[in-house]
Amino acid sequence: MNAPPRMVEVRARILKENDILARGLRRRFEDAGVTVISFVSSPGSGKTMLLETLMSRLNRRWRVAALVGDLATENDAVRLGRACPLVKQIVTGTVCHLDAKMVSAALDEWKLDGLDFLFIENVGNLVCPANYDLGEAMRVVLLSVTEGEDKPLKYPLSLTRQTSPSSQRWISPKRATLISMTLGRTLTAFVLPCGFSNYPAKRVKGSMRRLRSLKAGYPRLVGRRRSKLPRDTWAAKSRHRASMVTMHTKFKTQLGSTA
Amino acid sequence: MHELSIALSILDEIEEQVQRHNGAAVEAIYLRIGVLSGVDVQALRFAWELASENTPFASSRLEVERVALLVHCPQCDATHSPGLDSIACPRCVTPEQKIIEGRELEVRALELAA
Repeated sequence: MNAPPRMVEVRARILKENDILARGLRRRFEDAGVTVISFVSSPGSGKTMLLETLMSRLNRRWRVAALVGDLATENDAVRLGRACPLVKQIVTGTVCHLDAKMVSAALDEWKLDGLDFLFIENVGNLVCPANYDLGEAMRVVLLSVTEGEDKPLKYPLSLTRQTSPSSQRWISPKRATLISMTLGRTLTAFVLPCGFSNYPAKRVKGSMRRLRSLKAGYPRLVGRRRSKLPRDTWAAKSRHRASMVTMHTKFKTQLGSTA
Repeated sequence: MHELSIALSILDEIEEQVQRHNGAAVEAIYLRIGVLSGVDVQALRFAWELASENTPFASSRLEVERVALLVHCPQCDATHSPGLDSIACPRCVTPEQKIIEGRELEVRALELAA
């Protein structure tokens, strides 16, 4: 006769391996004094463009580096390499997100001590990256105007806190200060800092201030250049700006209802 | 989304546990999966079938406990279970809520053959 089966308590987090690695990375980043910011967005919303702009500006005063994830090609690393020499491509093959192991492997030969900022550009995807902590101090979700203003509603997981269960909070609209950035000529993206980890809040705030001081605020940019632009360009810019403002308000409203 | 890699992580975890219990046969695997974990149960079951093929766990049952969202409002010092569309506190409408349950993604227990 068969004996009754026995139950064994396990209580193991399924992605614990990633979490442990990410914790180690976070400690390593803190020890080295480097602020690590990762970017998550859908494909084509302008992560690389934002990074190009950011890095070429930050380059003047800070030492910056970047890791970029894609399924194939080194195109992004080549693009970013023009703005900053310290760039590495992570080719994920078939994997739809970056995980802590890939980041750790990519950083193997790098000395972090000399760096001020390290940017991690995730694979363009608003779903899977939400589950994988990369040890970053801050995760930024990038939403571009053409994607539609209901992105925050459609992808709630990407907009919640990452890391340890005890610190998970839903993003608040107040904290998710929307920073609109004009990237190049036409693309405007909204940057939502979210997924703050247990990283010292002061340092994150300081970094955000530095980043904000670098933003090219669209209204100001337009205002300054108004006289130099031909009239039809100005009209186009003005229309563009009006749609940006509407979009900005819409994003804010959506975030309010998400949160 | 990445249910297959999650299924593979489950396999790793179980293999480790089974070794600790002298290679006993696993009758059932009990999982806890929160609604905010980003894991779709049906997709996971499908991925599990593929992942467990040709392993000793191919015939093990997968028992999934879905964990609903439970959040705590710091303003009212109360907990509530909202839907996924809006988690604001129903009383004071504070949007920033602490998530207590709902992100679980864990192997809770194993049922081993005696």
